[in-house]
Amino acid sequence: MPTKLTDETLLAMYKMMALLRRFEEKAGQAYGQKKIQGFCHLYIGQEAVAVGSQYALEPDDYMLTGYRDHAHPIARGADPGMIMAELFGRYGGYSKGRGGSMHLFDVEHHWYGGYGIVGGQIPLAAGMAFASKYRGEDRVTACFFGDAAANQGSFHETFNMAAKWKLPVIYVCENNRYGMGTDIARVSAEAEIYKRAVAYKMRGEKVDGQDVLAVYEMMKELADHCRAGKGPVLLEMNTYRYRGHSMSDAATYRTKEEVEEERANKDPILRLKDHLLKKKIASESGLEKLHEDINKQCDAAVAFADASPEPPIEELYGDHYVEPGEPDSKPRERVLGAKDVKWPSYPSGQELKVTWDLEPRTPPPGKVSSLPRKGAA
Amino acid sequence: MAELQYREALNQALAEEMERDANVFLMGEEVARYNGAYKVSQGLLDRFGSARVVDAPISELGFAGLGVGAAMVGLRPVIEMMTWNFAILAMDQIVNNAAKLRHMSGGQLRCPIVFRGPGGAGGRLSSQHSQALEANYVHFPGLKVLAPSTPADAKGLLKSAIRDDNPVIFIEGELLYGLKREVPEGEHVVPIGKANVVRPGKDVTIVTWSRMLTAVVEPSAEALAQQGIDAEVIDLRSLKPLDEDAILESVTKTNRLVVVEEGWPWCGVGASIADIVQKKAFDELDAPVTRVTGLDINMNYAANLERATQPTVERVVAAVNEVLYRS
Repeated sequence: MPTKLTDETLLAMYKMMALLRRFEEKAGQAYGQKKIQGFCHLYIGQEAVAVGSQYALEPDDYMLTGYRDHAHPIARGADPGMIMAELFGRYGGYSKGRGGSMHLFDVEHHWYGGYGIVGGQIPLAAGMAFASKYRGEDRVTACFFGDAAANQGSFHETFNMAAKWKLPVIYVCENNRYGMGTDIARVSAEAEIYKRAVAYKMRGEKVDGQDVLAVYEMMKELADHCRAGKGPVLLEMNTYRYRGHSMSDAATYRTKEEVEEERANKDPILRLKDHLLKKKIASESGLEKLHEDINKQCDAAVAFADASPEPPIEELYGDHYVEPGEPDSKPRERVLGAKDVKWPSYPSGQELKVTWDLEPRTPPPGKVSSLPRKGAA
Repeated sequence: MAELQYREALNQALAEEMERDANVFLMGEEVARYNGAYKVSQGLLDRFGSARVVDAPISELGFAGLGVGAAMVGLRPVIEMMTWNFAILAMDQIVNNAAKLRHMSGGQLRCPIVFRGPGGAGGRLSSQHSQALEANYVHFPGLKVLAPSTPADAKGLLKSAIRDDNPVIFIEGELLYGLKREVPEGEHVVPIGKANVVRPGKDVTIVTWSRMLTAVVEPSAEALAQQGIDAEVIDLRSLKPLDEDAILESVTKTNRLVVVEEGWPWCGVGASIADIVQKKAFDELDAPVTRVTGLDINMNYAANLERATQPTVERVVAAVNEVLYRS
């Protein structure tokens, strides 16, 4: 694992991955206690994807994913207690308990959600990248989705437009091999998802999604590619989820040996731990202490969610239509009374100057260019 | 006041709002170089450039969703559907994303987007191209649904739709684009959610919207006047939010209601209006609320069958006579 990252950063990455895993374990427990109900998709096993990506991108780059969405916003900086409160359906959650597990939004941290229809977020990301280019911003959008989403029409329709218009968007396929219970290879003519980029003249890459440093390096490079105006990319990250598709899935479509093999030999947290110990960046006892702190932090998140009230029934009809002059709801300010919330702001329609020529005019057929040809007399 | 075609009025609204707000852009099939399949976007590419008037590939779901994403982060997209029949391919993005973003995010995000294009029968186009689909959209919380019937309302309502901070479904009449009527000069904005009493009357209320107004209801009201029946005609203009007060006020006066709609009878917009009126004005009614709708069949190509499938003056006149117990 050669890397230019500092020891502090490596340790912080480790800590974040460990936090995401513990958070999900606590969510799984809470589900067993019926504090969380409905659909709940855990991220356990895939932590390197979220953490490596976060460290590679800028805080105000846009990000969004599907419904396996608890970990990404925490890695972006969301408050774990408020995420847990949302899973519990409480007013202290990011969406006031309206969205639950599948719809986590933290706009303050440029986290644009959790979407419950497979592949439904793929066109949204192109639109966000379109807006960045329209305003001339140096911003990249990262859109995560699972392997099964690659077989949706939205994937193909969007890639065609994003590539044609050179939109600054990184499409990250978190390939955990199974779309619910169906092995991606069973239903895909081309199961190596990144190869599909060729059809849209996009750059396609593949990386070991269980190696957080490889994820980081690749995302960094692809973000540069996008910022340089070279168009969208498709990055396939090969990863693995240890739990079922959702809480109701007993995962009978794969063998215990397969899961054990992944956990023992490829686990992203263990791999970084080995590196930290070998390079003496951390000690066993130091990491133990770190895990204890994380356990406490996650216990506190559960306690926060437990203590958070149910949404007020008077607000039943709320958040459907924006009335004129109505402000947006800022979750940390609303729930924690935070005074330091920085909300995204954009130029008004009077300030904005659009200079992007999306489709430069070529001379109509039959018209000869007035430029002299090379070698012409 | 200048006389303008419905398409010219829409074009003015787009041009004025794009001039006023650089965050507004138009995207759709054939909107730019072709100047619009129905010429609504005539001249806009030359005026506003290729980033603000964008020819999209034939990917309705894709560019509808792209619009929603752009709206989430501060732009104000106008997404043209060449017809609402094709928007069925984009339903997931309209219904599952646009309509639910404010809600799912607990008020963190807004989605100021307009989806617009022609709906209703186009004339000899058979079943896939002749559908009045507004009932589908009024069903979903989070959407506003507008269906203007005149050039003046087309202009004024489109301007309101573009300025609105919510997703708006804007259904134009495919056979209305050539309709020429007066449009007020200068800044002309029509508020969303306000019906228009097009013809005051005392004997019966006829509620309608979009093309049915000029194609069927106005001629019906004239025919009824010949029979000595004074019909009050209400053009809803906005289907969601619905101007319930205007309907109830009129029914309180006339005690009789006929709803005329191009769409199918089952779960049509008129079915909900009948429900509201029987609940809120039961004691005012002297006859059952009666609906004249498109027949519950797919549209035929043959001219005579096509005519017979849609509401006609004869059917409206008969329905009014029925609620007046005259036959």
